[in-house]
Amino acid sequence: MKKTQLYLLALVIAAIGLGAFYYKWRVLNFPIRATEQTELWEVQARVQFQARKGPNKVTLQIPRDPPGYDVIDEKFVARNYGMNIVPGKRTRAVQWQYRSARGNQALYYRATVYRDQHPADYIDPPPLPAKPGVYEEPYLTARTTVLESVRERSVDSASFAGELIRSLAEPAGDGNVALLMERVKSLEQRAHLAKSLLADRQISARVIHGLPLTQTDATVSLMPFLQVWDGEAQRWDTISADNGVEGWPEEMFLWSISQKPVLEVEGNPRARLEFAVQSTLDDALEVAKARLEAKDKNLVAYSLLNLPLQTQDVYRILLMMPIGAFLMLLLRNVVGIKTFGTFMPVLVALAFRETRLLPGVILFLTVVSLGLLVRFYLERLRLLLVPRLTAVLILVVFLMAMVSVVSNKLGIDQGLSIALFPIVIMTMTIERMSIAWEERGAAFALKEGIGTLIVAILAYLVMSVDWLEHVIFVFPELLLVLFALTLLIGRYSGYRISELFRFRALATDPVEPVPPKAG
Amino acid sequence: MLNPFRIAKRLRAIGLTGIGQRNAEFVLMYNQRRNYPRVDDKLITKKLALAAGLPVPQLYAVVREEHEIEELHEKLRGRESFVVKPAHGSGGDGILVITGRRGDRYRRSNGALLAREEFDHHISNMLSGLFSLGGQPDHALVEYCVQFDPIFDNVSYKGVPDIRIISFLGYPVMSMIRLPTRMSDGKANLHQGAIGVGIDIPTGITRRGVWGREIIREHPDTESTIVGLEIPHWDELLMIAARCYELVELGYVGVDIVLDKDLGPLILELNARPGLAIQMANGNGLLHRLRRVQELEQQGTLSRDPAERVAFSKANFPTL
Repeated sequence: MKKTQLYLLALVIAAIGLGAFYYKWRVLNFPIRATEQTELWEVQARVQFQARKGPNKVTLQIPRDPPGYDVIDEKFVARNYGMNIVPGKRTRAVQWQYRSARGNQALYYRATVYRDQHPADYIDPPPLPAKPGVYEEPYLTARTTVLESVRERSVDSASFAGELIRSLAEPAGDGNVALLMERVKSLEQRAHLAKSLLADRQISARVIHGLPLTQTDATVSLMPFLQVWDGEAQRWDTISADNGVEGWPEEMFLWSISQKPVLEVEGNPRARLEFAVQSTLDDALEVAKARLEAKDKNLVAYSLLNLPLQTQDVYRILLMMPIGAFLMLLLRNVVGIKTFGTFMPVLVALAFRETRLLPGVILFLTVVSLGLLVRFYLERLRLLLVPRLTAVLILVVFLMAMVSVVSNKLGIDQGLSIALFPIVIMTMTIERMSIAWEERGAAFALKEGIGTLIVAILAYLVMSVDWLEHVIFVFPELLLVLFALTLLIGRYSGYRISELFRFRALATDPVEPVPPKAG
Repeated sequence: MLNPFRIAKRLRAIGLTGIGQRNAEFVLMYNQRRNYPRVDDKLITKKLALAAGLPVPQLYAVVREEHEIEELHEKLRGRESFVVKPAHGSGGDGILVITGRRGDRYRRSNGALLAREEFDHHISNMLSGLFSLGGQPDHALVEYCVQFDPIFDNVSYKGVPDIRIISFLGYPVMSMIRLPTRMSDGKANLHQGAIGVGIDIPTGITRRGVWGREIIREHPDTESTIVGLEIPHWDELLMIAARCYELVELGYVGVDIVLDKDLGPLILELNARPGLAIQMANGNGLLHRLRRVQELEQQGTLSRDPAERVAFSKANFPTL
């Protein structure tokens, strides 16, 4: 009964850890590799106009939670202008105002955009039914004829709109189309013409704008798209205003669905709007952090990522300690290696982090063996325990200083990279080892000493795996999985591997084992 | 036979208990932490045993403070032989057996002479906690040095052989006698090189021994056989082991007893985490026997009478 409870607890804890990990990895896109890079797009809209006398008011439609993309940062650059954001229904505009502008004016909107393929998280309300306009001849006949011929080739409102766009795109063959297209010069105007034609048939349509994020360092222009309302599916179907192809291209960044002009400069129709896009690569972790911040500040504020950098470095090491401790648990309780103390090997492994492995092992062996020699001599002087420990500590500091000085002379810099921490660990090791030496004999002490060193080296190797360090730091919840595994091993009652060796003689004993008879 | 899976399978068949199983299923389940001091502190064990009328070596002196070491020599003036041991020692660490004197110096059981200051230093180390579990400050006990029964003279190299009986819920389940060797320096400690010889519970006769990882039938130093020895006072020994359950209220306990030629069995110490080498010495696993007692526990037929428990063990737990 107690075991079931334990298994259940371990399962729940592991599930929580894995769930949080999966959410951060897949949904929040935290990178699993340290060097992972994410593509970011810098999108810039530049408004240029000649200021006129009196107050100037500029309204620019800007993106608002575009589906498929995350705006992680935005900047408004307009010197001297007063600025405010005007939110609309699923739209957003920035309004710049300045009373006494003079000469050529340039205003900027910059956004840093990350492609995350998230779907639109809102449902569009049905639009008002479209009202047909009033037209004179010969336009009325031309419109009716064009619409009739398109109707022949379509099945629903979306394909109807697509066919319409396609016939408008080829005015050469058809006199009626040519008539309608007489004054239509741009894609934008073509889209609006299609919209008004659809209105003749009571089909609700709107023109929206997207920015293609395909070429980097390119000057691009907004692409108009025609959307028609599908009354059955209760959604807008998108049709390219250029070639009538249905659907929203993936690399298209939805700029605005506002039916107002994208740029409005009061009393200044000659204002120009230019777009530039640029793709950059950025550290995936930074991007994930910035996106999270844009979504919910608290999630980042209460995570390790927001700590001061020095503290983060400490945690990078600290969070690896459980990994080392877990490895030691496996080696001790499942394999059966004997070590000094319970966590001594992990501490030694931490000391190796400061010195690197090979110099660390050499330094460790040198200082410990020299320390042992001194310790044996002190033993002969009959010192009490605590004074003896202190004396050993002082000598260890001296030995380390000597090693540093000598290695510096020889031009090896590893000897210098000594921190405070290893000294304490070495002193403890020397004392433990000498006690074991006296009490249990040299063989025993050396066996435990070598065991400690082996576990420490393995723990160091595991703890210095870069991607593991990165994964644990970015996803500390994985330690919960480790915690669950530790709970499970906590009740491991099978044989240790060393026991198989120790009791091997029993397995070969000719005496046939008979369990005591019941009853 | 080197295949680890075959070894594991075979060991499971004979019911060998591993350290993980001992800890998880027996020590953790049956030994309450708060009762540990009763066995970890030999002074408490001694007092409890005396109160219950169980035989223990006579206590000569207790040294608690550094300055009391000086007075100790005065207290021991009339004693030719005695044993100094740390109250919280484990595995025989730090025990000093003095068998005689030469002027100001003490003679150890292995014949070496110990200067007075060396003797003082050793006790001082003891008080500092050098030999105690976890290194906490300790006190030293000075007690009667057992004059061991000559029956074991042929099979022990100096030192005192002792008998370990594992008592589970008061039922003696397995036992062995530990014989010192030249390698163990007269200490009856298996991992220091002493021999463990399994004793058949129903008869009190030794079956086979283990030395290190080797199964043996003769003493490696004296070449005398270690099989077929009859342990004197066997029923009394079993009774002592059975009664230790009520004494310290630990379900899974190892009882170490020595045989004195004049005083008979004396309890040396109890152990809340007795080692597993006893299985090697017996060539039998503990698990089947422990499970047998657990069956009684489940049926609710555990006996409260030590004599009944001994009778059950004698009927059920032969070493083959």
